[in-house]
Amino acid sequence: MARALINAPARARRGEVIEIKTLISHVMESGFRFTTRGEAVPRDIITAFTAAWNGEEIFRAQLYPGIAANPFITFHTVATESGTIELTWTGDNGFSATERIGITVE
Amino acid sequence: MADSERARTASRRDVLKIAGALAAGCAAPSIAVGPAAATPADVQAAVARVIGDARLNAGKVKLDIPPLVENGNTVPCTVTVESPMTAADHVKAIHVFAEQNPQPYVVSVALGPRAGRASISTRIRLRDTQNVLAVAELSDGTFWSDRANVIVTIGACLEDVL
Repeated sequence: MARALINAPARARRGEVIEIKTLISHVMESGFRFTTRGEAVPRDIITAFTAAWNGEEIFRAQLYPGIAANPFITFHTVATESGTIELTWTGDNGFSATERIGITVE
Repeated sequence: MADSERARTASRRDVLKIAGALAAGCAAPSIAVGPAAATPADVQAAVARVIGDARLNAGKVKLDIPPLVENGNTVPCTVTVESPMTAADHVKAIHVFAEQNPQPYVVSVALGPRAGRASISTRIRLRDTQNVLAVAELSDGTFWSDRANVIVTIGACLEDVL
């Protein structure tokens, strides 16, 4: 399981726009590099990131090799109701990581 | 004495020869390393895949990226679009292109009125000094963009993998 860091407010007012910052450890091997022996290093990247608030998708990003190692993604969303935000990263070679954070909306 | 002297010189010469061959062997791949940049046609094709036949207008989008970076491996990049983000008028998608990367497409995100604010941040790789293009698709079907030139001291994808 890749290590992920998430920064989001624990509580928010209803209707408030909150910022969610995410960082996950991953090499994001571009597939454009070579070893000193001239062999191409195969691509190994995270290709998709999604965020769901109580099951409803709120954000989706498609990532390409042009994203730096340990992808950092920041996005915004409107706080609607208390519950959980589920963040999912999927990628090459069957990579999949899911993190859940709780949020209280008052 | 003379024989052993000759043997010693010969071995030193051999050692130098091997060392020279090794150095050449190591240097050759490092020169060959570094993938080619996308051609302007590749960039146009990548942008066309997103916008289709629509016109790409300048404005509304703000691409926040440092004008001079030392390390092309991690370049912080923020795209903000002026939009009320209501059901009637919102940003549907944001795309980022790096015109001189081996693959110009960098990231694409899908947004909706649920996002509240059309602003995303990430860290990207830049192969070389180049223009970065941010494109936003609005709910009315128009496309807006912003372009920024970034000077890169050490580009990404140059280091060898051992």
